[in-house]
Amino acid sequence: MPASNGKLRVAILGSGNIGTDLLIKVQRSPVLDCTLFIGRNLNSRGMAKAASLGVKVSDRSIDAIARDPDCCDLVFDATSALDHAYHWPILRNLGKLAIDMTPSRIGSMCFPAINLDDCLNHRNINLVTCGGQASVPLAHAISSVHPELTYVEVVSSIASRSAGPATRLNIDEYVETTSHALSTFTNAPRTKAILILNPAEPSINMQTTVFALIAKPHMDALTAAVRDTVRAIQAYVPGYELLVPPTWEDGKLVTTVKVRGRGDYLPRYAGNLDIITSAGVAVAEAFARQGRREPGHA
Amino acid sequence: MPDVLISDPTLRDGNHAVRHTLSEKQISTYAAAAEAAGVPILEVGHGNGLGASSLQVGLCSLNDAALLDAARAPLRNTRLGVHVMPGFATIGNELTLAIEHGVQVFRVACHCTEADITQRHVSFLREKGADVYGALMMSHMADAATLVEEGYKMQQYGVNGVILYDSAGAMLPDEVRTKIAALTRGLGVQVGLHAHNNLGMSVANSVAALEAGATILDGTARGFGAGAGNTQLEVLVAVLHKLGHDTGIDLYKLLDLADLAEREIIPAVPTISGDSIASGLAGVFSGFAKHVKRVAAEYGVDSRDVWFELGRRHAVAGQEDQIIEVALQLAAAAGKSNGEQ
Repeated sequence: MPASNGKLRVAILGSGNIGTDLLIKVQRSPVLDCTLFIGRNLNSRGMAKAASLGVKVSDRSIDAIARDPDCCDLVFDATSALDHAYHWPILRNLGKLAIDMTPSRIGSMCFPAINLDDCLNHRNINLVTCGGQASVPLAHAISSVHPELTYVEVVSSIASRSAGPATRLNIDEYVETTSHALSTFTNAPRTKAILILNPAEPSINMQTTVFALIAKPHMDALTAAVRDTVRAIQAYVPGYELLVPPTWEDGKLVTTVKVRGRGDYLPRYAGNLDIITSAGVAVAEAFARQGRREPGHA
Repeated sequence: MPDVLISDPTLRDGNHAVRHTLSEKQISTYAAAAEAAGVPILEVGHGNGLGASSLQVGLCSLNDAALLDAARAPLRNTRLGVHVMPGFATIGNELTLAIEHGVQVFRVACHCTEADITQRHVSFLREKGADVYGALMMSHMADAATLVEEGYKMQQYGVNGVILYDSAGAMLPDEVRTKIAALTRGLGVQVGLHAHNNLGMSVANSVAALEAGATILDGTARGFGAGAGNTQLEVLVAVLHKLGHDTGIDLYKLLDLADLAEREIIPAVPTISGDSIASGLAGVFSGFAKHVKRVAAEYGVDSRDVWFELGRRHAVAGQEDQIIEVALQLAAAAGKSNGEQ
């Protein structure tokens, strides 16, 4: 049931970089309202931020929702892949919608620029990885022009300062989940994902390159498809920018994007944070608008 | 009793120089001769290690399993080693495969400020009973205190030793001495150096490391490696023997091994080209050499400008995609200035 102000009520589980950045974006949304911000430690930076925004906080983790199921309609899970496996059955039994920000591979994979409408038929939406959000829509555009492509690879470089402890510990999950999403959305027989952390000061912007092996590339059609996808992503991530348009180099297709964030919680270089939180908010807003069209559905 | 542990990554770093096309026959031939010479550890793989075959770094003509099997077959006393970088190689894929294929020694590598991404890989390998060394790459880019801090994390994760990689061949002996001495003072595990030869310093740097307390040194036959290549193994061992150190290696057989490598696997013995000097001065990973040369020619820009621009951006190992972007930018800037003339 929507809140009295007509907004969809969301709880954010996880008070790290992703959870806190989500909070700022949710509170800016005309159709979402964060009714509970949940972590494990009331003294964390994220909790302090939530309190400063006047948002109700809890340090009871998933229990906060289990004990007060009416607190929200939708839950963002910004904890870890392992934790989401524990949280989802509880949320499902409580009838909550879930948007999972971890590389758990449990829910339906969602890239708003590709399959937002389809996702609204599912109860658990997985946002894959930051590098996946930056690259899979481009790879999907490339495969729509060349479904016969034989290989797709993506490389993301992110600033060391933007990679929190969970990201670092989950680097294998990042690689495997991103690669899995590439396979699913391109049908390429082989895929690969690579993540590079760069400690340069000042911090580098997130940069993502997509490579593809294609026998006879139609460069004009590829360029048009990639540019369309870039525009579609810019609708929810304004700092997403084509740096190297589709280029044929040494027998392979190469295209590179740069992602700057809005500077909500981390500085603007942390485009990797923004691209996944912005995608999450785009999905939540779509649920909210769907709920308005079909009262009671959400 | 050897007092210096020599590790030979000819069949790994050398793969950079031939765009990762070493064949099974070349690998097994070299491995057999390394065994005969008493080389303690032989590293094999794609230039950036297992799981790094990619369009970003270069596709490998053999898969990881084939590379490992070719090297493993002739080995008895020489232990088989690999290089793995989290972000490329995962526990579920490459590490498990390597254990299954008889790899005994692992270098778990990361950029020198990012040791915490190696934690799970190191723990997994230690549980499997492998020897694990932490590799801090591009170690010219961090100061001694930072390197100690990062090395200490690796020590906590359980490594047997920490190796500084001068991946750009950018360091001079004083810098090596300072950094290695800080590590040997600050850590309770063995310390080593993996040197590149961009500024002609690799043997001198290896000796400086030894004097500062290092006990592990890397070298490759004829210096076979990316760009200017690595420390020349047969020179290094000869110098160590002259200094009175024991490596456990038979020098004559090692000299034969290097001759065999030149005959069988090295199409061009590394020389210090202008590009390699630019790479060393700019502090950019030598592994970029083939890519920089090719891309600079394609876009009609000066390869040395590419190296220095990459250095200005603090590019790290694995960021080969930056080369194309930099070349496009330099070409656009050149086009613009030509237009104005």
